[in-house]
Amino acid sequence: MYPVALASSINCVETDLTADFRDQFLLTYQHMLLSRVLEEKLGSLYRAGGRIVGGVYLGKGQEAFSAALGVQLQKGKDIYGPLIRDQAGRIAFGEPIIDTVRTYLGAVTGPMRGRDGNIHRGRPKEGHMAMISHLGSLLSVVAGGLFARRLAGTLADSIGATSIGDGGTSTGSFHEGLNMAAVEKLPIIVSIANNQYAYSTPNTRQYACENLVDRAAGYGIEGITVDATDLASCLKAFRTAVANARAGGGPQMIVGTLLRLAGHGEHDDASYIPDKARQGPSARDCLQVAEDFARDRGWLSSAGLRELNEEVRRNVDQTVSKVSKEPAPDPFKENWQALSCAELVEGQHEA
Amino acid sequence: MSITYLEAIREAQYEALRNDPSVFLYGQDIATFGGAFKATKNLSKEFPNRVFDAPISEDAMVGMAVGAAVEGARPIIEMQFADFSSIGFNQIVNQAATLYWRTNVPCPITIRLPSGGTAGSGPFHSQSMEALYAHYPGLVIVTPATVEDAYWMLLDSVALNDPVIFCEHKFLYYHLKADQIGDRELPIGKARIARPGRHATIVTYSAMVHEALRAAEELQLDGYQIEVVDLRSVKPMDTDTILASVARTGRLLALGEAFPWGGVTAEIIARVTTDGFHLLDAPPMRLNSKDTPIPYHPNLWKAHRPTTSTIAAALRRLLRN
Repeated sequence: MYPVALASSINCVETDLTADFRDQFLLTYQHMLLSRVLEEKLGSLYRAGGRIVGGVYLGKGQEAFSAALGVQLQKGKDIYGPLIRDQAGRIAFGEPIIDTVRTYLGAVTGPMRGRDGNIHRGRPKEGHMAMISHLGSLLSVVAGGLFARRLAGTLADSIGATSIGDGGTSTGSFHEGLNMAAVEKLPIIVSIANNQYAYSTPNTRQYACENLVDRAAGYGIEGITVDATDLASCLKAFRTAVANARAGGGPQMIVGTLLRLAGHGEHDDASYIPDKARQGPSARDCLQVAEDFARDRGWLSSAGLRELNEEVRRNVDQTVSKVSKEPAPDPFKENWQALSCAELVEGQHEA
Repeated sequence: MSITYLEAIREAQYEALRNDPSVFLYGQDIATFGGAFKATKNLSKEFPNRVFDAPISEDAMVGMAVGAAVEGARPIIEMQFADFSSIGFNQIVNQAATLYWRTNVPCPITIRLPSGGTAGSGPFHSQSMEALYAHYPGLVIVTPATVEDAYWMLLDSVALNDPVIFCEHKFLYYHLKADQIGDRELPIGKARIARPGRHATIVTYSAMVHEALRAAEELQLDGYQIEVVDLRSVKPMDTDTILASVARTGRLLALGEAFPWGGVTAEIIARVTTDGFHLLDAPPMRLNSKDTPIPYHPNLWKAHRPTTSTIAAALRRLLRN
């Protein structure tokens, strides 16, 4: 279905598996598991009705690709602009899951204070940009942060990273942002999760080049593809790309091949994905692939896995339970002010 | 020695760069070339590594400014023409304008829009975009009509912790001169009585202030004293000053160069009729451009926008009512 450009793809081999790599693999696996369990909980809250007012957008099947990037970044140093299916990457970056739950439930205690919901969250001052819904538009924002740091002399070896899907690469905003980042040779990772469907639209209706990574050459930047169902290969790909970016190699494009294992949102049964694609190699569940990989090498035992699962579920349940008791926003206490300069806020000119 | 409106904009940017190392300039052809209108002439020489040419990517230019602002910078973005800011519209109204409200992080960026019509510029180099941006919460929209305001309001815009759309009028660039730049008189958000009067009020902004003043001169020959209110910023709009003027004159003409549907003049009328209906001795009037794209040929262009004579004619109708 999706031709992988072998010449520029990265695969993990046994000699890559140093102790350091193993530690990062296991850490990333934990982030992936926490993400999966948290999202399952959010999905069930959505289906139960009442608690979550908007949609729920899952990253099922994309956890390896997402977390493998997030885990390379350093919160407080790097700038991360995640997108819709990056719950795992956000956890790996260091976002506490209580921020996720509070934003989904619209709690006033959360980073978005009920003003925005679900995946539209972040803490920009901590380097976690809060995505808007317009695809591709975060790329130039992350690039701008790096540009300002370079100007101020504070860039050092910090980097930026942002994610997008196959559909988002069709926007003008994505093109403008990436071209600008390339012109400025900014240290930015552009992670493209090619999950083969933009909502319901297949790649054949999205772009006409053979492989999305072919576009990297057009921007004059590095680009590689990776089997995004394989955590080990994802880690290798992002470690390489991040090292290149930190060393001054400019923007790095990584295209991960996978299949979204959920609907666009929980309202969507993804019936447009044909059975053939669901049975293909891209439809492997990255969480299972990672678990098998670790078990095969004796990195994870059955007992250890059971314990980890219990701990993760307990963490998720306790977080949801805590947030459920927190106050919802009160429209009478809300500061209805879109400007930071209070003296420039207009009164309401209506009855 | 005199200084033009355009030179005042250049001088304000010089001062902003000089006073604050977090200020930088980003836009098309603005570095060595000095900008399509020379509003950044020599600034890249005086401030190396603070003035940058951008690719033709208005969307990315604004997105970049937002990211830079989060990191503590105070970018000034030059759109080559206001018209092209439509390509950056999404980043302006959805990214920049929502940042503070969504995340509590202020977004101190200034976007300069060379605005309005000049003869021969045609449909895509003549637009007035202020009403579009004013419609969205989270933006400040300033529309200086004088050399002093071009200077001081640009400096004030850069100092504000919110995104500012700075609508500078191209028709005033070279035509409008002042002997010198005086002291700062009014803050952003306060309108100015450009000419006092007692028979009717024109509320307007930007280049139309000067057309309004000429029309007021003309009406004086008929014995009418026309008050002209220069809004200076269309958002926030200084409703108090507008209402106080209408209270003095009892008659209102809302004047603007932008397209007629909705917009700033409609907002003025709405506010006065809502909050000051009892002050009106006659139905308020609006005068805008025609509801077509902006024409190229000077004969058509002059007939498309309000001019001294069409404003004077409107005033006469208003005074007859």
